[in-house]
Amino acid sequence: MTTNMKYKTKPLDCWQWGKELRLEAYQEFLKGHEEGKLMVLGCAATPYGMLAGLGDFVFLAGEPYGASVAADPPFSIPCMETYEAKGYSRDMCGYMRNFLGSMFLDKYYFTGGSFPKFDFAWSVRHCPAGHPKWHQIVSEYQDIPMNYIDDETMLAVDGDPEHRIDYVAGQYLDTIEWMEKVTGRTYDDEKGIEAMRTYFRNESLWGEICLLNGAIPAPLDIKSMFALMPISMLRRHEKIATDFLTTLRDEMKDRIANEIAAVATERYRMCMLTPPPWSFLKVFRYLETFGVVFVGTYVYLINSGEVKFLLDEGEAVPATVPEERPGWPEMKNREDLCRTIARWRAEHPFQSHLDIRKKEYIIIYNHWHGNAYLLLMNRGCVPMTTSMYDFQRDMQAHGIPVAMFEGNFADCRDIDETGVLDRLEAFLEGQGIQKLPSL
Amino acid sequence: MSAIEKFHDILANRHQYAMDWKERTGGKVVGGLCTYVPLEIVYAAGMLPVRVLGTHEVQDVTDRYLFPTVCPFCRDTLAQGLKGRYDYLDGLAMGRTCSHIQGTFDNWRNYISTTLVYYIWFPCHRESPRAVDCLVGEYTGFKEALEKLTGKPITDDGLDKAIELYNTNRRLMKQVYELRKNEDPPITGAEAMEMVVTSQLMDVVEHNKLLEELLEELPDRKLDRETGLRLMMIGSEMDDIEFVQMMEELGCTIVIDEHCSGSRFFWDEVVPGEDRLAAIASRYVHRWPCPAVSSNFSDRFDRVLKIAQDWNVQGALVYQQKFCDPHEFDIPLLQQMFKEHDIPTLVLEFDVTIPFGQFRTRIEAFLEMAELEVL
Ligand code: SF4
Ligand code: SF4
Repeated sequence: MTTNMKYKTKPLDCWQWGKELRLEAYQEFLKGHEEGKLMVLGCAATPYGMLAGLGDFVFLAGEPYGASVAADPPFSIPCMETYEAKGYSRDMCGYMRNFLGSMFLDKYYFTGGSFPKFDFAWSVRHCPAGHPKWHQIVSEYQDIPMNYIDDETMLAVDGDPEHRIDYVAGQYLDTIEWMEKVTGRTYDDEKGIEAMRTYFRNESLWGEICLLNGAIPAPLDIKSMFALMPISMLRRHEKIATDFLTTLRDEMKDRIANEIAAVATERYRMCMLTPPPWSFLKVFRYLETFGVVFVGTYVYLINSGEVKFLLDEGEAVPATVPEERPGWPEMKNREDLCRTIARWRAEHPFQSHLDIRKKEYIIIYNHWHGNAYLLLMNRGCVPMTTSMYDFQRDMQAHGIPVAMFEGNFADCRDIDETGVLDRLEAFLEGQGIQKLPSL
Repeated sequence: MSAIEKFHDILANRHQYAMDWKERTGGKVVGGLCTYVPLEIVYAAGMLPVRVLGTHEVQDVTDRYLFPTVCPFCRDTLAQGLKGRYDYLDGLAMGRTCSHIQGTFDNWRNYISTTLVYYIWFPCHRESPRAVDCLVGEYTGFKEALEKLTGKPITDDGLDKAIELYNTNRRLMKQVYELRKNEDPPITGAEAMEMVVTSQLMDVVEHNKLLEELLEELPDRKLDRETGLRLMMIGSEMDDIEFVQMMEELGCTIVIDEHCSGSRFFWDEVVPGEDRLAAIASRYVHRWPCPAVSSNFSDRFDRVLKIAQDWNVQGALVYQQKFCDPHEFDIPLLQQMFKEHDIPTLVLEFDVTIPFGQFRTRIEAFLEMAELEVL
């Protein structure tokens, strides 16, 4: 573990393309209405490819927007202060606070111009404290219609699941009619199905890309993953994203075959469950000076991507897209589409209940050949943090070293950066990892 | 002993009451996290449904399980389970609502050995016309699990009887609430709260009997105190009777409430129907919503405003379990609504234990200010 290796390294060939695609995605938000596109607000886990049935659209996912704002303290702090001045509490979802503050300030992060006005808000419920409540405030403030899908069936542990699938699929069906009503547009099933096919394909591709990072040395580090993730997160319904993700995957395979590393000095591999504080990404660069590479974040493996965890076998494998799954019918009409989405989401690991998640955390750690977990006790997100101590104990019971720090992933005022770096340094020293002399 | 004293007594000895009930009846007891567990089905199975509550005592047993930003109520309830105070439970059920209580449930299932631990996946999109059917599916599984636990079927007759008993319970409590509209209510807010909380803990037949006694006693009851300002209490979980008593001693009376140990819990009845589970499901889907399962402000706010006006309130105490995000979302707009209707509000944030002295000062100042507005 402590041997000092020096791997070959080089930038990704597709890096520039990725950067352009990411930029395009952000710029789309600006031109949406000008170009006659629907502007829709939602949460990143929403199967927004469905919206293609209504025509061209721009989907602004609240969390990545909140994360972008959070990464820029001079912009973020006034947003949060404005939000707080309205009487909202500091302990609520960190992403939401940045988002709503930016809306109240009427400042759009990517341009500094006015905050976008949405045509409607539509989202999966996703987090019991989260999106519908969050959108309720936007809907009230901007006077726009909102609707949502309650589909966290992965939380269910008892009873027969079929009625839940009926309920979720039914909500998707109802939502199509609702969208037709609020937009005055007619829904084109074919277009919706086609975009969702692409969406599933891209989720699966991103999952596969994350899994490839199990190779030693890791072909991608977490910073590059965060930079490329917006393509899978924001453009999941687009064929151009499939082209890019396929290229990226193939390039990763090539890097693996040729032992090309993301971090030349890789000697200690860490995994995370959640994102780090966005204003504190320097932690990764700093830890590289110890030869530490962060190989993946569970949440982004399964939130912008999809993998299948084989719990009994203790393996994680790329997810097969719905129409290639045995027993899953071809999507021919909107009923098939809605049922397929409901089933896909029901099998999605995100927010699956505690026991399953614990197993998945161990599986992915082994798959990524981790040396330790770094856990963020995130004061900015209840669902991700509620049972963190339990996860920590379980990991330790599996012999996994765990480093922890407390903070807020979206509030730069809520983290003691020096204290955290000291703690991490002490942790690494305890693991026999010192700062690399050559650096 | 008056009915009010009996409620008080039972609440103070709630665990003993449940254990005695088991011994007297030979029945089993099922705990409920949140108020989304269908009492009617549990009771029809011959079991006693009891709401799992905390004690407002300082504790240090949940830190190994729940992150400190989980709401104090959820930490307190889990602590009770971990300390073995609910060891007499034969079952524990939860109706899905918020992430915090989900954490309590998950940890209960893993670390506390209750025979049956059951998760009812409540359909939170209550505006969806499909929610009731989904909940019937959940109840079908829950019913089967209870039948397995008792070894006896839950019959339609049993469900009818339970529906009728709980509807009666709700109606009787509403009658008591009606009397709180009086210029000088015959019951304090703390006493009313004891009545509602005991309805979550007692055999409904016995509670109904006490309610009937209470309704006989109340018309002649004169309180040895000034009513003072008429206040409403509104917010998340609230069963801190001591706090309400302290508050009422400062020269006000809580005449109405909107929280889950008050009106929100019992207001709506089951409309009987041929399909019993569907009738019960419809009640829980359409009941006065907890903000955790409501994404429509007017749904909750219209009802809040109506009772505030009907009970002629002169101020509102909005209290907030620390970190309870579902309620936090509503507070600024709720305050705005009260302001538009000239109802002064005070927002207090509660933890497992509360700073009584500090709260007393804030409440006194609020009462003075609200009194000036009334004058
Ligand atoms: S899961 Fe966390 S980050 Fe996402 S909306 Fe909920 S509180 Fe916010
Ligand atoms: S709704 Fe609020 S008070 Fe109730 S359990 Fe959830 S967080 Fe706690």
